[in-house]
Amino acid sequence: MGEQLIDVQNLETHFKTPDGIVHAVNGVSFNLKEGETLGVVGESGCGKSVTMLSCLRLIPSPPGKIVAGKAIFRGKDLLKMDSEEIRQIRGGQISMVFQDPMTSLNPVMTIGKQMAEPLMLHLNMNAEQARNRSIELLGMVGIPNAADRLKEYPHQYSGGMRQRVMIAMALSCNPQILIADEPTTALDVTIQAQIVELVKRLRDELGMAIIWITHDLGVVASIAHRVMVMYGGYIIEEANVKDLYVDPRHPYTLGLLGSLPLIHEETHKKLFSIEGMPPVLYQKPTSCPFAPRCTYAIEHCWKENPPLETVGEGHRVACWVDPMKGSK
Amino acid sequence: MTADNNILLKVENLVMHFPIYRGVFRRQVGVVHAVDGVSFDIKKGETLGLVGESGCGKSTTGRSILQLYKPTAGSVYFKDTNLVKLRPEPMRMMRRELQMIFQDPYASLNPRMTVRDIVGEPLMAFGEASGKQIDERVASLLDLVKLNPDFSGRYPHEFSGGQRQRIGVARALALNPSFIVCDEPISALDVSIQAQVVNLLEELQERLNLTYLFIAHDLSMVRHISNRVAVMYLGIIVELADRSDLYKNPLHPYTQALLSAIPVADPVYSEQRRRIILEGDVPSPVNPPSGCRFRTRCPIAVEKCAQMVPEWRELQPGHFVACHLA
Repeated sequence: MGEQLIDVQNLETHFKTPDGIVHAVNGVSFNLKEGETLGVVGESGCGKSVTMLSCLRLIPSPPGKIVAGKAIFRGKDLLKMDSEEIRQIRGGQISMVFQDPMTSLNPVMTIGKQMAEPLMLHLNMNAEQARNRSIELLGMVGIPNAADRLKEYPHQYSGGMRQRVMIAMALSCNPQILIADEPTTALDVTIQAQIVELVKRLRDELGMAIIWITHDLGVVASIAHRVMVMYGGYIIEEANVKDLYVDPRHPYTLGLLGSLPLIHEETHKKLFSIEGMPPVLYQKPTSCPFAPRCTYAIEHCWKENPPLETVGEGHRVACWVDPMKGSK
Repeated sequence: MTADNNILLKVENLVMHFPIYRGVFRRQVGVVHAVDGVSFDIKKGETLGLVGESGCGKSTTGRSILQLYKPTAGSVYFKDTNLVKLRPEPMRMMRRELQMIFQDPYASLNPRMTVRDIVGEPLMAFGEASGKQIDERVASLLDLVKLNPDFSGRYPHEFSGGQRQRIGVARALALNPSFIVCDEPISALDVSIQAQVVNLLEELQERLNLTYLFIAHDLSMVRHISNRVAVMYLGIIVELADRSDLYKNPLHPYTQALLSAIPVADPVYSEQRRRIILEGDVPSPVNPPSGCRFRTRCPIAVEKCAQMVPEWRELQPGHFVACHLA
């Protein structure tokens, strides 16, 4: 792993809604090194997508607002850049792949035209150069007859093919960071396996760093180097991929892993289920946001929100209790 | 008919084709072969898992069994009655025994009805209860699915996804059915909520002696909940076996690929295991490939596969497969 690429500190994002201010991200700090793949795991509404969208300033504002924090990318704060500067970064040095390839592609534009757009904008290519580069990119993501298929529209592509196009577009300007927001959630298992293999191959060939947002602990296990688990707008655990699965320390991580049926399980065990449901935070919590659902909660959990503390090499946990040993 | 008394539902050669119309005169130009000759049976009290990728016909199979679509051909025997031949009124009465839980808890509940009306509607439709009795039945049903009976005056939008799915389960249970088709009941839910709903379905099965057809694309969840599992590909069942048998010893190359594609939440295991990555996409069900339907993506296909439809064979007791090379 190389040098530090992006360093996010104390990021906070709020959304103004008719019911009050939703605290979506509550002081998240993390970093990403060159060539590293960071998995971000959590359930819907935990703030995983909002965190990454905030870094690229893609939060619709209003109602969203980044209220605090820094996101230092190559010595400059992404959150303080003017709109022209950040536009140069988006789709150029940092690019993004979204969950639903059907809604993120323009249905009335040919694939060729959509692919040429970032190339002409960021790399100042002319139409001919952009076309050649598009053909090369489609070949790279495994789409046969690329030259012919450039003339087609998104509806003529299957779901897996569309996601390949999205990845090709994201890679077109040789980004240093690729943010993939649930890129395989809408796809079938066999197609998901194709896309995961493709991204792994491209990562090794091009040496880019990846932030892979997902709710699927299985996919993360096969692609990430490091994993961050989020809950209620906080990072509650962060560890190297092997440590997280072998030695999970936060009760929520334990619960998530326990609620998955294992494909190689021998006997039929009842699934562990976390009672209740994820919170919507209208106030910055003064207690641990997971306490109401936690089976290990002690009195102190209701009094103070635990900070993220280092418990091992590269392993950080925000919990007052060590579920393996009882209270700390 | 059914000789074995333990068999609750027997599906024989079920075919469901949807016509395609084109042009000014809406002429029929072809058919979508959604389900193309599917046979299996479900024993009393068991859960049969039905897995496959989107568009393989698994939901259509479930809906044709319940006669929500009129099957093109084939028969469905439920307790010795052929549902396909049943006239509308006897079929309506039969629906008390046959219920369904839907995938999308947001779309399957009427937003303008309260929980009491949603769960109580089947009771009213069949004249099983009226007035105060409905309130009592609804309260006990909500209690059964672990929802607070005090919520019966609320509307669906006031509930989370997992709670809505519980309302859907309560509605399905209102008429004491014996057979429930669960059509991807958990795929729209969050991971921690999925486990809650699966545990609930298992508890209810035990308490009420229910029989499930559990349709899903999540193979690990299907393995968890099912007794036997059938794998579908492009309108046909390619393999059917006892759950541990199927996962330990898959005989069809499609099942093998599907199993190896499941993401496993264990980085050490996923590094070691061999993954079979299938090329390409599922072909269109309008023109399915000749011979074996999987041959276009099969890593081991030979010439024979294009010419002959593989026979449905019982290779080991209770383990059926349709492949020339198995």
